[in-house]
Amino acid sequence: MAPFITIDNLYYAYPPLNPTGERPAVLNGVSLSVTEGECLALLGRTGAGKSTLCLTLNGIIPQLMGGTFRGQVRVAGLNTQDVAPGELSQMVGLLFQDPESQLFSMTVEDEVAFGPESLALPPGEIDLRITQALELAGVEGLRSRSPLNLSGGEKQRVALAAVLAMRPKVLVLDEPTASLDPAGKRSLLEAANRLQAERGTAVVWVTQDLDQLPLLADRVAVLHDGRIALQGGVRDILTRTEDLRRMGLGLPQMTELAACFNAARDTRHAWLTVEEAARALQEELNV
Amino acid sequence: MSDPAIELRSCSYTYDGLVPALRDVSCSIEAGSWVALIGENGSGKSTLGKLCNGLLRPQHGRVRIMGENIQDRSVGEVARQVGYLFQNPDHQIFASAVRDEITFDLRKLGLPRSEVERRVEEVLAQFDLTAYADRPPAVLGYGLRRQVTLASVLARRPSILILDEPTTGLDWETSHALLDHVCRQHGSGSTVLVITHDMRLVAERTTRVLMLHRGTLVADGPTRELLAQPEVLASASISPLPVTRLSQELRPWGMKGQSLTIDEFYREYMALLAERLADGLSGRAGHAPSGPVSDGGSLD
Repeated sequence: MAPFITIDNLYYAYPPLNPTGERPAVLNGVSLSVTEGECLALLGRTGAGKSTLCLTLNGIIPQLMGGTFRGQVRVAGLNTQDVAPGELSQMVGLLFQDPESQLFSMTVEDEVAFGPESLALPPGEIDLRITQALELAGVEGLRSRSPLNLSGGEKQRVALAAVLAMRPKVLVLDEPTASLDPAGKRSLLEAANRLQAERGTAVVWVTQDLDQLPLLADRVAVLHDGRIALQGGVRDILTRTEDLRRMGLGLPQMTELAACFNAARDTRHAWLTVEEAARALQEELNV
Repeated sequence: MSDPAIELRSCSYTYDGLVPALRDVSCSIEAGSWVALIGENGSGKSTLGKLCNGLLRPQHGRVRIMGENIQDRSVGEVARQVGYLFQNPDHQIFASAVRDEITFDLRKLGLPRSEVERRVEEVLAQFDLTAYADRPPAVLGYGLRRQVTLASVLARRPSILILDEPTTGLDWETSHALLDHVCRQHGSGSTVLVITHDMRLVAERTTRVLMLHRGTLVADGPTRELLAQPEVLASASISPLPVTRLSQELRPWGMKGQSLTIDEFYREYMALLAERLADGLSGRAGHAPSGPVSDGGSLD
């Protein structure tokens, strides 16, 4: 399938803090692609540039942030430097770690209506979009509530509904589950999964939560030293335990356990889930 | 017996007189222990944390810190004993340089200037922050801002440390480095209360868990026992760790079902395997070498 997002040799440095200053490049030769309906998990250390890369997908970088930008980012064939961020925001939906940074209306309904209203859609269409987005995000029961009085997990799903009402072709999740409890995480990821399956939405998912990664991701890319240092299938990348550790990253607990067995006993286990590990160990205990 | 470090008696707290955040919570935390406070978003964890450092005052009940009621003490006074790391580092950073950030907190303790300077340099070195000492904290990355806030809290050497979601948004290495600093402080006698969703942190570092659900304390017990009870955890929408679940899957073969870390699991598993192999070779009765042991439940 043809790539839906193509990032080609991207270099970016934020604008300097003073007129004579210079800031080091955050991204220095990033090349990456994502196809329709695919979920790419983006890993990297705190400060590796993952959020910066996310902001290049909807043109906020460089169009609103300035800085030094070289290379190219294309979404659905459009160069994100050429198209206004307002227009790109209909195609690329961004969900941040802190939902409060993107909620501002008096009711959940108004919050979700804001995007479609700004497109000047007919009222019937706006209403349809609100209903569908609330349902997809699993928050239809909160329609008349104030976003301010919701729990962290509910706020994050309302922010997701507001993004979904724009019917984006690309959903960028920038660590949206970091401060959610396990139930909140699950419901957010299930909503993203549904979109991917039902609408062919491409998902770019920034996360540190490696135990959850196999639930949603099709492919993994690791951003390190300004470049994509590793990319490939979920199992291929997560079992490269030494590379991941060298880059300061964690491992899913079962992969770590497999690595522990492999190092001590010369086995070649590559478990990602409890079920896989249980099958292998039950077999061994039965001998 | 010495006084508990933190003692809550029948504490209730309601925001704006409307939303009850804590209902009749009583607990006591032993000095020198490392305790986890877990529960869903909105269950009252941060509210409980803030009662312990005097930022919030219970409408009912009382809070004692090191045996003393703090109802009439100012936040500044309580802060001499209780260091608090906020969930968002930007809620506690305000100085224009890293060194000033750390110095400010120490000056408030009324220490002599030379002692303040000595401690600042010591903590900058410990946290590898010396190179950033004159930089504004606001321009540093999230991981470093997190380190700066912990450095300035630890420089005061608080006897109680409350950490609100300290590892959220941090990568593995940064998060381990941060917890190692906390571990050192704990080693020198401080009591630690950590509010978190990070079950690996809970399993690897704490010995006791308090669990809140809708403002009520629903569980309080040793970490090992609590994290091995899926039904108790489920009441706060928490799943046991993968390694604990694996250990439980292997219960019919003789695993205890309480592993908290990879190392623990590995050691117990290898001992069990060796035992089964030995039993198999000697043909000893009582163990079925080709299947699960009889008293452990079904395979599924």
